[in-house]
Amino acid sequence: MLLIETRDLTKHYAAGEGTVAALSDVSLAVSPGEFVAAMGPSGSGKSTFLNLIGCLDRPTRGAYRLVGEDVSRLPPDRLAGIRNRRLGFVFQSFNLLPRADALANVELPLVYGSVGRRERRERAAAMLALVGLGERMHHRPSQLSGGQQQRVAIARALVNEPDLILADEPTGALDSRTGLEIMALLQGMNREGVAVLMVTHDAEVARFASRCLRFYDGRLVADEAQAPAAASAELAALDGSSGAHAA
Amino acid sequence: MNAPVALPARLARGAGAGQTRAAPVAAGGLDLLEALRSALGALAANKLRAVLTGLGIFIGVAAVIATASIGAGARQQVLGQIQSLGANLLVIWPGSVNQAGVRLGAGQRPNLTWDDAQGLLEVPGIVAVSGNIRGQNQVVAGNANWSTSVQGSDPDLFAVQDWALEDGRFFTAEEARGARKVVVLGATVAEALFGDEGAVGQEIRVRSTPFEVIGVLARKGQNPMGQDQDDVAVIPFWTARRSVMGANRVWARGVNWISLKVEDGADMGEAAEEVRSLMRQRHRLAANEPDDFNLRNMSDVAATFDASAKTLSMLLASAAAVSLLVGGIGVMNIMLVSVTERTREIGLRLAIGARRRDILAQFLIEAVVLALLGGAVGVAAGIGLSHALGRVAGWPTLIQMDAVALAVGVSALTGLFFGYWPARRAARLDPIAALRHD
Ligand SMILES: Nc1ncnc2c1ncn2[C@@H]1O[C@H](COP(=O)(O)OP(=O)(O)O)[C@@H](O)[C@H]1O
Ligand SMILES: [Mg+2]
Repeated sequence: MLLIETRDLTKHYAAGEGTVAALSDVSLAVSPGEFVAAMGPSGSGKSTFLNLIGCLDRPTRGAYRLVGEDVSRLPPDRLAGIRNRRLGFVFQSFNLLPRADALANVELPLVYGSVGRRERRERAAAMLALVGLGERMHHRPSQLSGGQQQRVAIARALVNEPDLILADEPTGALDSRTGLEIMALLQGMNREGVAVLMVTHDAEVARFASRCLRFYDGRLVADEAQAPAAASAELAALDGSSGAHAA
Repeated sequence: MNAPVALPARLARGAGAGQTRAAPVAAGGLDLLEALRSALGALAANKLRAVLTGLGIFIGVAAVIATASIGAGARQQVLGQIQSLGANLLVIWPGSVNQAGVRLGAGQRPNLTWDDAQGLLEVPGIVAVSGNIRGQNQVVAGNANWSTSVQGSDPDLFAVQDWALEDGRFFTAEEARGARKVVVLGATVAEALFGDEGAVGQEIRVRSTPFEVIGVLARKGQNPMGQDQDDVAVIPFWTARRSVMGANRVWARGVNWISLKVEDGADMGEAAEEVRSLMRQRHRLAANEPDDFNLRNMSDVAATFDASAKTLSMLLASAAAVSLLVGGIGVMNIMLVSVTERTREIGLRLAIGARRRDILAQFLIEAVVLALLGGAVGVAAGIGLSHALGRVAGWPTLIQMDAVALAVGVSALTGLFFGYWPARRAARLDPIAALRHD
């Protein structure tokens, strides 16, 4: 079964008198476990596409099936349930709750998924350990570096065991080395079976995907498979040459 | 900490990578404990703000409880005093001199007689009647003397006014008819003249006439006008007429007032009407003439007192309620600020699967917790204030548990009501716009 299947996916926004076609007639299919990058200049419709695929918005026209289920016309609360069970989000600016520690941040999707407290704790702690933050579970976002915050966000996106992670410029707020670490993490997760859809304007970052979509003016203009670069290998090479260590 | 990662078995799902699960169970509701914790956390993040906002509710609740306690205390005191006059009591005073005086020109003489009083016993439902006269006199016992009200009454007086005995006995019908020189003392007089000694059997003098003390009345306290009801010496009516007040030859059978007791369970209003019509008959009043006497139904008086005390309580309580309203508006204001400040948080929560009702519940719970915290402290302060007023200012206060429950309930409702709009705004946010908010 396909993970994502869209036909003529279109989104119009009201702008002043008329409307803006933020996305026009996008048809594509994504299989489970793919790592897809969406590229294109600013305003080309990447985020609009991501928001539609992420069930944060509903298309003006067209169809969208997620794991075989038509979700393009579902009411907001049904979409919320689907986001909770099938999707994970990673944002450019992390979007962690500042008052909550790393553990509570990672637990949050499980809270809305009605998972019992104990199981929540265990799963969130395991996920934090997995992203290398087992020692920092009780740190607040303000006590963590940018890279660490993004790791917490990735742990939060993964804790519900989603089918698909949606990442909008996940390395946009990070230096290149930390960005590389985050990409290595995402690639590692992807290897374990989680599909990733990542929006980026940075070709360096898009190299790590196995498939690259290009948007222009709201249209999908190119869709190419590619041999992904290995982020962990590049990271190891970087460490070998400079001896530098991550924050 | 490099990234090569081994996922736990749970994440490495199914037979191999690339396979999707069947849809898991539907997401359920946010559990309440979690919501409470989160609400307390959010409030704790802005302690000063929470305290200042809670203060509005706090003042409102404290004021409601204190005013309710004061109002109830005052009411209970007044009602107790009215009750102490005697249950089912009717009282007749002479009509105003002007009314009767203008037409008759007969002037100052009182127009109620002892015979009127006796005649009223015929009225069905009237079980006891006393005609009374009263004057201020010096009473003397040995070296002690005391100025008090010496009251001449019929033996029924004690039944009419629900007097109980502390010691001794009342005077009998026999002693009354015989105008015997016996006296029943109020507690204040007995104490003034005899202290701790037994008064019964002792002799006192009123205007140099010796009286035997045969009884001491149980204490009643103040009447609603603030007079000490126990500062009295009761003697038989005809004894008073002949030996103490005697001088009035013109109106030798006159009384100052008549008091009557209506049968328990009888209709006070009906009995009063019957008394009125018999009095009019006895005084030969034509249909168009006004009453030449005043008839008071003490339960009406009590009801009037009670109604005005109630009105006063209501006024106080509504003034207090206004401050609760102001507190509620404070809650709404702060919740609106909070929703705006936390727009991104709301967007994030929506993105990871919160439904609108989860967000609504989160902010409603926060508003209710805020209001209830203010309310709880307000209850404590209100009760404390009531006690303090009772102690320091000597006001009678009566803590109204229903007012406490009401105030707590109202503060929760205030949170719910004034929190609803901000919470709804939060719940209706578009997740994309909210996530982009800065
Ligand atoms: N909420 C909105 N209202 C109106 N226009 C919008 C809205 N969101 C996006 N757009 C417009 O849609 C187009 C595509 O935007 P977006 O998907 O954000 O592009 P990208 O992410 O590739 O920069 C742009 O022209 C943008 O101005
Ligand atoms: Mg964008």
